[in-house]
Amino acid sequence: MAIFLQVVLDGLLNGMLYALITVGLSLIWGVMDVINFAHGEFLMVAMYVTYWLGFLMNVDPLISWIASAAFVFILSVIVYKLVISPLIGKPPLSALLATFGLSMLIKNICLNRFSPNFKLLSDTYLGGRVIPMGDLILPLPQLVIAIVSLIVITCIYRFMTRSRTGWAIQATAMDRDAAELMGIDTSKIYALVFGIGGACVGIAGGLLPMYMPVHPEAGSLFSLIAFVCVALGGFGSIVGSLLAAILVGLVEALVGFYVAPIFKYVAVFGLYLIVILIRPKGLFGW
Amino acid sequence: MWYGVLLLIAVLPLIPGPLQSPFAQHVLVLTLLFACMSQAWNILGGYCGQVSFGHSVFFGIGAYGAGMAVVTYGLTPWPGAIIGALLAAIVSLIISYPCFRLKGHYFAIATFAIVEIFNRLFMVWYWVGGALGLDYPIIEEGWKNFMWFQTKTQYYYGAFGLFILIFSFVRWMEANKLGYYLKAVRDGQEAAEALGVNSTAVKLTAIAISAFLAALCGAFFVQYNLRVDPPMVMSLDMSMRFVLITILGGLGTFWGPLLGAAILIPLQEYSRAMWGGLGGGVDLIIFGILIVLIVTRQPKGVMGFINLLTTRFKATKGGDD
Repeated sequence: MAIFLQVVLDGLLNGMLYALITVGLSLIWGVMDVINFAHGEFLMVAMYVTYWLGFLMNVDPLISWIASAAFVFILSVIVYKLVISPLIGKPPLSALLATFGLSMLIKNICLNRFSPNFKLLSDTYLGGRVIPMGDLILPLPQLVIAIVSLIVITCIYRFMTRSRTGWAIQATAMDRDAAELMGIDTSKIYALVFGIGGACVGIAGGLLPMYMPVHPEAGSLFSLIAFVCVALGGFGSIVGSLLAAILVGLVEALVGFYVAPIFKYVAVFGLYLIVILIRPKGLFGW
Repeated sequence: MWYGVLLLIAVLPLIPGPLQSPFAQHVLVLTLLFACMSQAWNILGGYCGQVSFGHSVFFGIGAYGAGMAVVTYGLTPWPGAIIGALLAAIVSLIISYPCFRLKGHYFAIATFAIVEIFNRLFMVWYWVGGALGLDYPIIEEGWKNFMWFQTKTQYYYGAFGLFILIFSFVRWMEANKLGYYLKAVRDGQEAAEALGVNSTAVKLTAIAISAFLAALCGAFFVQYNLRVDPPMVMSLDMSMRFVLITILGGLGTFWGPLLGAAILIPLQEYSRAMWGGLGGGVDLIIFGILIVLIVTRQPKGVMGFINLLTTRFKATKGGDD
């Protein structure tokens, strides 16, 4: 029983991490109808920022995640200006292909500059600390990421539903031309949304080196999982992608422990295919 | 034009000079192979408008078909390639029948998911060699075993055969009813259905043919490399390569896949040979920049560029008259 609870706990914590990565992608998809294939590479870039800040200047990830998030925010806005903005209004897959090219570019620049070796940040403040709770073990770094994830998602949700800019974003998502006629600068809104999406994944990437080694392929699997979570949760629904991410985390942990580790992603992707065949717009889509 | 290109490809490896080096011949073989593979993808992705990122699965099934025939059963690769190709067509029908209901991004992500599932299943399936893959034994070379160790010329003509098969099929298709049906479904599914085109049947035909031809290319690929393992053939990167070559050359055009492969494969192979030792990745950096530029600046690919030039040329000539 304790083992079962431990597996569920790990799945939940992992699911919260996926939720933080997914929410940015979900926002971009919902507002701009763009799939950002370089999302995982943004995560990897953020991990490198934290790693180098920690390695060269001894800054702890608990502080340097702010720098990572800011860095990825700026990177995203630049990417939007250079790559995405010419593609708005073009067939939806062109943005996917362009960002795939971008992901290859970023991944191989990191490979070329930083070598393919795994780099692990040692001596972080929280690294390896746990809270023992009876039979269960609660790893602190994962817990911190889960809490940050919840805070960030709540902030984004409130921002989208309560603030004027949030309303403008929603209006742009519903009908771009009508929003423009109401005096909304949609190009600015798109840049902002792309930046916020990048910042979310930047926060996740900034905290991840506490327990995960950095290497140029670190982001690839996360971006696939984030795609699945977004599509599973439903088109642009923040709450939907949060729940889908937790579901994915749980399925991954349970199948990985009780069946075999190699089957955990088979189960995750299989679950996605089954759901999408019954509900083609995702669990919470309309 | 078509016969001219065929003649050019036929004599290319015979021209004395730099093309005689084994490395140049290797580049020629790969260029032809990827042109064929991208054309197979183009039938579904370009002509029918269903952008699939799952074609490495069919490519892989064909590769495993030939590989299993030689390694596991000690036969020649020919029956394995045929069985693999038929199997790929059947698998494609089973997968795509439900997936064709999905639109846009949902279809794309579903095909990603299928690649990942197949990749991981083949990794643990011991009957097909698992993660270790299949390593070819050294057997008699020649057309019977489709295996040569001395030169690459025969491989080149093998790929040329594949090229004739696939490109003639597409040429035939473009001039016949099937090609028009495919384009009708791509350009407006509802309108095509209103005119009595059974869009599901058309799409399923397209993917079955596309998967069959892709599997034949996979069988050639494994015969050329003499080994196969899951990440080599069934990966997202492989799928993406077929898509990107076609996009670079020109989506839904007859010459697009050949042009795309003729640009991208030599670039990839030569830059890898030049900078491969120095930290690596330079070839893929160039590749990435090229893709971003093509998609954002000229979405119709090199063919779009050529069309633009020819119309301009004709316009100025018309002005002179």
